[in-house]
Amino acid sequence: MNKAIFRYEVRQRWSSVAIWAGSLAGLLLMFMALFPSFSADMAAMNQVLENFPPELKAAFGLNALNLATLEGYFGFCFVFCQLCLAIQAANYGLSLVSVEEDELTADFLLTRPLSRPIILTSKLLATLTSLLVTQIIFWVVSLASIVLFKGEAQYESRGIMLLLGSGLIFQLIFFSLGLVISQMVRRMHSVTPWSLGLAFGTYVISAFSGILGDVKLEYLSPFKHFDPGKIIRDLQYDTRLVILDVVIVIVAIGVSYWLYQKRDIASPS
Amino acid sequence: MDIIQVNELTKYYGKSRGIENLSFSVREGEIFGFIGPNGAGKSTTIRLLLSLIHPSSGQAAIFGKDVTKKGPEIRSQVGYLPSEVFYYDHMRVGELLHYSASFYPGDHKQRISYLADVMELEMNRKIRDLSYGNKKKVGIVQGLLHNPTLLFLDEPTSGLDPLMQRKFFDLVREENKKGVTIFFSSHFLGEVQRLCDRVGIIREGRMVEVSDIRTLQKNNYKKIRVLGKNESADFEMPGVSNLHQEGEWTQFFYSGDINQVLQRMSGFEIEDLSIEEPTLEEIFMHYYE
Repeated sequence: MNKAIFRYEVRQRWSSVAIWAGSLAGLLLMFMALFPSFSADMAAMNQVLENFPPELKAAFGLNALNLATLEGYFGFCFVFCQLCLAIQAANYGLSLVSVEEDELTADFLLTRPLSRPIILTSKLLATLTSLLVTQIIFWVVSLASIVLFKGEAQYESRGIMLLLGSGLIFQLIFFSLGLVISQMVRRMHSVTPWSLGLAFGTYVISAFSGILGDVKLEYLSPFKHFDPGKIIRDLQYDTRLVILDVVIVIVAIGVSYWLYQKRDIASPS
Repeated sequence: MDIIQVNELTKYYGKSRGIENLSFSVREGEIFGFIGPNGAGKSTTIRLLLSLIHPSSGQAAIFGKDVTKKGPEIRSQVGYLPSEVFYYDHMRVGELLHYSASFYPGDHKQRISYLADVMELEMNRKIRDLSYGNKKKVGIVQGLLHNPTLLFLDEPTSGLDPLMQRKFFDLVREENKKGVTIFFSSHFLGEVQRLCDRVGIIREGRMVEVSDIRTLQKNNYKKIRVLGKNESADFEMPGVSNLHQEGEWTQFFYSGDINQVLQRMSGFEIEDLSIEEPTLEEIFMHYYE
């Protein structure tokens, strides 16, 4: 690893981490602030939900989650946080090395006396640090929001801990997929359409697989692998799917190293 | 010793040609001019040598080491000034230079401030606010700050005003005197003529000729201009080329026994006559035809 690149990359992503973590915190606090009034009016709320078509409930995972309980409500909010985490991680993966080619600085960086694997490793570790910082802030804010707004509610903390623990591997999937995609295309130009497509695309697949109850679709979407409804209900991860995710991350990163090593860097002119 | 050895190097981008079977070598301590029009493959060659791109076939070695295998090792001794300079826009000049220096062992602070002084570079300005020429200056300092023993200059003078060009050339000569080998790519021949020991001429991805700059210039070509009443057709003879007429002046290149052309002209009524060495530019145009 090269320290100069690592330091540069971490500093470079500082404001982005602050914005993402800040938005996540805001989103979560806003949602959780509604919990007290929500649980107070539980009967009315459950009536409203009963009138929802079952497909819609399935799409939002509401059939498995009991919004009246704290962990159920938290699980419901967690899906939206997952969406943010997915976009952030995909962004970082897609831009990790492609940003140098897009902003034409690849010539500078790659003519330094460093091998490409070292450059990629330094950038990779820097991004892992950024993601880890995001996660830590997210954990702290989650736990704080629960303490702040739980009121009289009793809750099962194991489910919540499992949810929070899934965040990093969940981000790593999107990060590594983004990275490998960026190495498969000739030039990225803009990262946002790709990351939004990746995050919302897999989210929609997950929603559909909820409606259809189709088992095969669940393999395709990381949202389904870490479905808050299921985790809160079973109080454990689905081991098969977690192994699948670890394999995806390792293979995607391995392929990225290989593609990056043999890549022809586009000329700026 | 050969610092750069290129052997049958070929690069295709999909189906379009980069370079084809390019072979040449650059000797230690020389200034090698690499001349060719846009799109001839000059940048492709340099990018291959810096392993920014990978060859389709053939080999290249720098300091006797294969560029595809020993890239990092080679690049620690190489400086590169790209034709178009792009750096991290949000950085200040000083930050960028010190960032670059951090990749090479040793302390380069003094060297940076010396070079920045020579090139009149302001260290506190943001890269994004720099003009094209000023970015180029950053590129020059960046390329030289780690005391490389081989320097790649790709169209180095574009964007520099004449005064800066002169300072830059002085700097290049100074480096060369210290023993630094210089690979100087250009389509602008005047500068090469003044600076280089040998030139390679590349055209459509192939090396057309590599020769000593003096032999190239002398190559027996003379540029002859004649003022008189003769038609240009009167000068048609073996060895004459580029024959054309501008008003009363007839101009052509002649290669061969100078006595023959003089004999032919002795029969004409001539008001004025000049016989000169052609400029490299003119010889160069010759290779295009």
